[in-house]
Amino acid sequence: MELPFLTIRELSLLLKRKEVSPVEVTKTILDRIDGIEGKVHAYISILREESLKASKRAEELISSGDYIGTLHGVPIGVKDIFVMKGTRTTCGSKILENFAPPYDATIVERLKNAGAIVVGKNNMDEFAMGSSTENSYFGPTRNPWDLERVPGGSSGGSAAAVSASLCFASIGTDTGGSIRQPAAFCGITGLKPTYGRVSRFGMIAFASSLDQGGPLTKTVEDAALMLNVFAGGDNKDSTSVHVPVPDYVSHLNGEIKGIRVGVPKEYFIKGIDFEVEKAVKKAIELVEDLGCSIEEITLPHTEYAVSSYYIIAPSEASSNLARYDGVRYGLRVPDSNSLRDMYNRTRAEGFGAEVKRRIMIGTYALSAGYYDAYYLKAQRVRTLIKRDFEEAFKKVDVIMTPTSPEAAFKIGEKTDDPLKMYLSDIFTIPCNLAGLPGIAIPCGFTSNGLPIGLQILGKPFDEETILRVAHAYEIHTNWSEKRPPI
Amino acid sequence: MKISKDDVKHVAELARLEFKEDDLDRFARQLENILEYMEKLNELNTSSVEPTTHVLQMSTPLREDVVNPWLSSEEALENAPEKEEGFFTVPKVIED
Repeated sequence: MELPFLTIRELSLLLKRKEVSPVEVTKTILDRIDGIEGKVHAYISILREESLKASKRAEELISSGDYIGTLHGVPIGVKDIFVMKGTRTTCGSKILENFAPPYDATIVERLKNAGAIVVGKNNMDEFAMGSSTENSYFGPTRNPWDLERVPGGSSGGSAAAVSASLCFASIGTDTGGSIRQPAAFCGITGLKPTYGRVSRFGMIAFASSLDQGGPLTKTVEDAALMLNVFAGGDNKDSTSVHVPVPDYVSHLNGEIKGIRVGVPKEYFIKGIDFEVEKAVKKAIELVEDLGCSIEEITLPHTEYAVSSYYIIAPSEASSNLARYDGVRYGLRVPDSNSLRDMYNRTRAEGFGAEVKRRIMIGTYALSAGYYDAYYLKAQRVRTLIKRDFEEAFKKVDVIMTPTSPEAAFKIGEKTDDPLKMYLSDIFTIPCNLAGLPGIAIPCGFTSNGLPIGLQILGKPFDEETILRVAHAYEIHTNWSEKRPPI
Repeated sequence: MKISKDDVKHVAELARLEFKEDDLDRFARQLENILEYMEKLNELNTSSVEPTTHVLQMSTPLREDVVNPWLSSEEALENAPEKEEGFFTVPKVIED
């Protein structure tokens, strides 16, 4: 197979045996980006010089016998929400259009130390607010399977880049489904780790009690390889958890006999696309054939998750985004006649419509007289949603659902109706509210050739089991080997 | 919940945002729609449910009180839109 289409595992064997060099691989990926990036627009910035320089260093190490590990010399993408020292980091926003951070995010630092080569910063919905990547100040990303459709969001650039083989893996962030939903729309693997499993240091904040970074990859094994490198506590993030990190790869043995799989009836509702439902049910039958037991479960508060989330996330965002005030970094609109005027004009000009909408919802929900009715109420409902999962996980080990109620929708289809867009996150949001790990993997295609995603949720800090089940499913099907015709 | 143009203006003022007069109506309608959907939460009686602000049981993490190297003031000022003699500068704070 041609170089760009390999998995990390396959590529790393060639690199280790010196059959290809990091420079050669990086050049091949940059050439492919030159060829088709114009159609997909998966990147906000391409780091041509920097990645070539890094690949030369990686090559020198390998030739002198210092092979670091599986990611050594592997070109990856990084969602433009992770800060990188001296590299423009925009978060998809005009307000950070020319921001060059003075330090590296912990995830990026760990990936670089493992020898990975960052070829570019991936496109995204502005401040990760969106489900289609149409809210990027730098223009939308297109789905490699159908260029008229969205790649999902907010990590749509990451998902499209991996799917179109414009990098071997990318890292994204997931606040309400922003890794899993685009992974499903683009036919790849996307893992949201347990809240606290991965450091948020240097990951530009959207909703701090929900945000979590994770890998987007071609296969489940590649996701495990990535997580191995960057999971684990970090003194620079006081919400990261210092518990031992297992070797996620060594448990991928294809053996899943006896694992108890819960199927929540609330996730198979009216309105779900029938081809999606059929593919997911077929996937559940397959894991049953592989020795899992299937049990119907109930998560009774599922229908309240979107309401709860779209109060909590905008409330946290309205507070987090107060920092963009034109003083310390980012855009400042000149010639203001007072400080207040400078704040208002800078923020009015620097933020896009959806970001303003969320800041407004959050400010309203937190304002005097409404705090109890909205914010506190939403947090109480969050407790009920979390309890639903705690009850369910007394009986089952993992939960299987569709990732999204439908396959990728058309560009422009939902931009006029914010609420319609919010409802596309209905199956991914509960996992964030409860802080659980979740993985999306491909499980089929619609009749018009669009990927369908299966979602597997696990107990807190049990990424191991969802990876094991996902991997066993993957090696008994060939969905992850499909590449878009681009 | 009815959201008026004045409500939008008031919340925008709290959030340090500005909207063009033409956009106020559209924004008011969108916010109204979204908040109406949120009313769904009132179907649930939550008077005896504790709120979840954070999913993890957390205690304040402590560390030794030692100085760690971090950004120099030059580095911290690198991205400043305007600076002067090692400080961020802003337009006049006290209005006439």
